[in-house]
Amino acid sequence: MNKRLAVTGNSGPKVRSDCQTELELTDDGGIVIELQSKVQVLYGESIKNQCLEILDFFGIRNAVLKITDSGALPFVISARIEAVVKQVVDTVNEFLPEIREDNKCPSKRDRFRFSRLYVPGNTPSMMINAGLHSADGIILDLEDSVAPEKKDEARILVRNALRQICFYGAERMVRINQGERGLKDLEYVIPHYANLILIPKCESSEEVKRVESKIHELRNLYHLYNEVYLMPIIESAAGVEMSFEIARSSDLIVAIAIGLEDLTADLGVTRTKEGSETLYARARIVNAAKAAGIQPIDSVFSDVGDMEALRLNVLSSKSLGFEGMGCIHPRQVPVVRQGFAPGPEEIEKSKKIVLAYDEARRNGLGVVALGTKMIDQPVVVRAQRTVDLAIRLGLLPDNWKNDIPIETE
Amino acid sequence: MINQLESEMAIPTTMNAAGREVPLEVNGKPAIPFKGVGKHKPFGNKYGPPIPSCSDFPDDGNKVVATLEEALLRCGIRDGMTISTHHHLRDGDLISNRIFELAAVMGVKDLVWFPSASFPCNDPIMKYLEDGTINRIEGSMNGPLGRFVSEGRMKGTAVLRSHGGRVQAIQDGDVKIDIAVLVAPSADAFGNARGTGGKSACGVLGYAKADSMYADKVIVVTDNLVDLPCLPAEIEGNYVDYVVVVDRIGIPEKIVSGTTRITKSPDRLLIAELTASFLEKSGILRDGVTMQAGAGGTSLAIAVFIHEILKSKGWKSKFGFGGSTKYMVEMLEQGQMGYILDAQAFDLDAVLSAGRNPNHIPYPVYNAYNYHSKGNLTSMMDIMILGATEVDLNFNGNVVTHSDGYLLHGIGGWQNCLHARNVILPLPLFRDRIPVIVDEVTTLCGPGELIDVVITERGIAINPLREDLIESVRNSGLPLRTIKELKDEAENICGKPSRPAFDDKIVAAIKWVDGTVIDVVRKIKQ
Repeated sequence: MNKRLAVTGNSGPKVRSDCQTELELTDDGGIVIELQSKVQVLYGESIKNQCLEILDFFGIRNAVLKITDSGALPFVISARIEAVVKQVVDTVNEFLPEIREDNKCPSKRDRFRFSRLYVPGNTPSMMINAGLHSADGIILDLEDSVAPEKKDEARILVRNALRQICFYGAERMVRINQGERGLKDLEYVIPHYANLILIPKCESSEEVKRVESKIHELRNLYHLYNEVYLMPIIESAAGVEMSFEIARSSDLIVAIAIGLEDLTADLGVTRTKEGSETLYARARIVNAAKAAGIQPIDSVFSDVGDMEALRLNVLSSKSLGFEGMGCIHPRQVPVVRQGFAPGPEEIEKSKKIVLAYDEARRNGLGVVALGTKMIDQPVVVRAQRTVDLAIRLGLLPDNWKNDIPIETE
Repeated sequence: MINQLESEMAIPTTMNAAGREVPLEVNGKPAIPFKGVGKHKPFGNKYGPPIPSCSDFPDDGNKVVATLEEALLRCGIRDGMTISTHHHLRDGDLISNRIFELAAVMGVKDLVWFPSASFPCNDPIMKYLEDGTINRIEGSMNGPLGRFVSEGRMKGTAVLRSHGGRVQAIQDGDVKIDIAVLVAPSADAFGNARGTGGKSACGVLGYAKADSMYADKVIVVTDNLVDLPCLPAEIEGNYVDYVVVVDRIGIPEKIVSGTTRITKSPDRLLIAELTASFLEKSGILRDGVTMQAGAGGTSLAIAVFIHEILKSKGWKSKFGFGGSTKYMVEMLEQGQMGYILDAQAFDLDAVLSAGRNPNHIPYPVYNAYNYHSKGNLTSMMDIMILGATEVDLNFNGNVVTHSDGYLLHGIGGWQNCLHARNVILPLPLFRDRIPVIVDEVTTLCGPGELIDVVITERGIAINPLREDLIESVRNSGLPLRTIKELKDEAENICGKPSRPAFDDKIVAAIKWVDGTVIDVVRKIKQ
């Protein structure tokens, strides 16, 4: 590595909450920091001190660091500087911002994954408030939304985001790159408590196994005990054919998703709003997922301006058996959530089942009956989940049981 | 230089009722420190302009003169005069700059420009501040003009007033207008003028009314001379001295400014949704509600969400007070609003509606905002949606400076609107890295006792003085926080900001609605 000058980050009239850093190693003259910031008066001193601390951490004694700052938060500035340093200095050290305690929070295998909001992995302005939109998951994307030459710096940014941004209870997901690059991505996200990894363009169980074993390796190395879940994304005809095998290739898999943009390209068909051209593939994915006991998740809907079409899309998706959908704009989240939410009849039925179960427990019965119908255990579990979900979505009060007169017939 | 410095040093200052150090004299005139909301009682009589006589005006009513220059000369323009303009042509105004260009050629010095607001199109005015044609601006400073003033480059001290405060200052004689130059999209030769018609229609001329009544001399400038009578006459010809006809008073596409587009930002939409939800759950939004919302992207989105709620409940707002926009017009036309009372049309739909809908009524600021009158409209509004650059732990608000100390906005109607029943500030918790909720506002523009609710994307803080509101949403499921919690969260995310450093020199005085000085802006330390 003999590069002496490097640039990372972004600047320009439309860039917000980011900064561009240019670092040139020099032979003498100490550290020179040239800062141009939108928030100079309020944070100029603090940014300069941050720069000095990070350069010192990496043992750089002589350099010129130019920063053009459009109001970047501290974790972004750190990420940009670390990335620029790593272009000119060979180091395995990492300058880690403190981790928020609530970001260590583990996820659950069977939590709802109705809406997952994609956030480009190298665009800080879209990350900071991503958690506010009540998506079930936030996907920090290192794959398609990051330009090839920005992949390295995006990893560091995503790592810092996992440590510092509050996502308000959303599952913290990362979509890694394909192949070797994806395995390297894991080094930047697994030690920082990512809950779930999306494996793009998955076509075989081997790909999943490679990711799985890398995760085990990292967990052992860092003594991590949090579960990390996997969600392979099927985006090709070959992938569709292998979907069941993929779905049960690892215990870590909790869901399998379909990506229709790439799939339709692979099939050589045009993607339509009705989606009849991918009906087979989608039905197959749903079937594979259900057979493997995991959640089937539908593709994103790309017209962010047409909420009515999205709503219809969600309804047809739900009717096929999908249990969630990706979102590429925060405004899609409520539409998707409402679409996958249980309807009034479903809620009523679930309430009755839960009450019948309570009744059976009270009477010490092993068998749950509703009227003349026997209710299986999974149905009770499912009903309880529907009720919990209805409560979470505000469709049912917490104390709904108090409002219901106990039937004594 | 030394003399100037000494005279600046000599101005005595005092602590006003809001704890801000303010001067007892501004631009050589005595100034009254803020005494508290509703505490200052004016006395004496209103100002009266000189008595004119019909014998000095043509019997045929034709007051047209050839050029603006001639009109200014006939008005006796000279050093030190105060010249007023209104801002209904917004960023498309072609006349204000022209006045000072002419004055500079005539060699007139030390004028006071007294606009109802300034826009980026007025940046060339800086040239006349530098060459001494203008001594100072008493009105809003935006963008580069604000920067110019903040850096201490204006000779006199700026005086910032609210729209209502401006009317108060004119009425009470705090500001004596020598010449009012009032552009009008339509006017007749007698001087009757209105905001509709012609190629430069702006809707209404609410801000020009007081100027026309109280100025010594009044010039109406139009690019659409119509036959007498030009009705409805928002400016009455009886107050007008001269009428000037020019090719163009404004640039139409800039008169209707881009500020009236609904926000696309998901974060701002979230704030708007939360605001509408708060209004609904608190019971503030109800059948017969009265409301006002501005023209910012978030306010427009709130108007849309409110409209949806009114529709779904079958409710109707008694009236809305404008700044009118497309979204208010939709409420009017679809039957969810009884009337639009309008001081200012913000977009083309509003301009057109004002021209054709009998329930879209021009309503001068004169009647709506002036604190020195027998009651005014703002205190009767149920919902008031306002912005701010900063709010502090005591709910005090700032709208004129940014946290870096630079003067960058006018007050507009903001202070006047604080008298509404429920003042709601939907704000992002931080802009880029700059926290909006701070320990203490950089410049105090509105006392916290008048600000009821701050709604951010990360929670809602209700002023503890509003126990009734806190009670109304106690079990609503809304994300209620204290203002301190919000401030801490902002600082947690952004880091604790440093404060800007100022010189002692006062560059602007901020007037409260009653004409007292609530705060000052000092020169930025370079």
